[in-house]
Amino acid sequence: MKAVVTVMLKAGVLDPQGKAIGQALQGLGFEGLGEVRAGKVIELEIAGSDKPTVQAQAEEMARKLLANMVIESFKVEVA
Amino acid sequence: MKAAIVVFPGINRERDMAIALEASVGRKPRMVWHKETDLDGLDLVVIPGGFSYGDYLRCGAMASQSPVMGAIRAHAARGGHILGVCNGFQILTEAGLLPGALLRNANLRFLSMDCHLRVERADTVFTAQYQAGGVFRSPMAHGDGNFFADAPTLDRLEGENRVAFRYATAGGAVTQEANRNGSARNIAGIYSENLRVLGLMPHPEDLVDPLMGGTDGKPLFDGLVAGLTDTRAA
Repeated sequence: MKAVVTVMLKAGVLDPQGKAIGQALQGLGFEGLGEVRAGKVIELEIAGSDKPTVQAQAEEMARKLLANMVIESFKVEVA
Repeated sequence: MKAAIVVFPGINRERDMAIALEASVGRKPRMVWHKETDLDGLDLVVIPGGFSYGDYLRCGAMASQSPVMGAIRAHAARGGHILGVCNGFQILTEAGLLPGALLRNANLRFLSMDCHLRVERADTVFTAQYQAGGVFRSPMAHGDGNFFADAPTLDRLEGENRVAFRYATAGGAVTQEANRNGSARNIAGIYSENLRVLGLMPHPEDLVDPLMGGTDGKPLFDGLVAGLTDTRAA
């Protein structure tokens, strides 16, 4: 099954990359733009067909390596 | 003092560190490849700067999971001393041996320049040959040196007197302008609870000889030799 892990900086952690992207978008003339946050998406192919098991495995991978819980939070979607 | 430098793929400051250690210790340090798992009999383990594993995922994240980290944890657990510089500091935070994390520099720029560090305490083996409140110059070169920790962690670090160095002016003023990478409370380096693990972003090993433009970093290495050699003799 495919698990998609989305890792984002926690609220309150400075995201200069998101800020720079936001400024560039404003420079392109886009209006009404609020805060911009940048993160990463990691796709995992995991053997198995039981969705909760795959979900739990992917969450453990995220906690142990894919996200740094000091600064980041994550969500896992299994399809 | 028996010292070793851990070498990960992508590390590029290990030779600078070896020169600095050899100048103070009087012999070459052991170079330990990241696949080795035996660090017995060492007084000091150094994790140098560079871009371990290409900084993939996060700076230091891959290195923190490599085979040698088990031996580094064991070295820390038996009270061994560890110095992590730049990427080494990032690796120590990723491994959980030091609190906090190093974020992208607040101005998004890679900063390659000299900085000045205020010594917060001079009663550790790392800083015994500096003055508390004194300032020394150090090169720095990093894109992700913006120290971050949540407020309770920062308060605990300050309360336990575990801030090693702060970015300051040459005169010792801890100002926002001196804090080029945006670190929380100007923190450039921190200690573990037992004061035997030090992580810092700047490179004191690159200023240990007049030919390098100064010797501001040398007291750190001389202090380690004096302190750790005494410990072994006692």
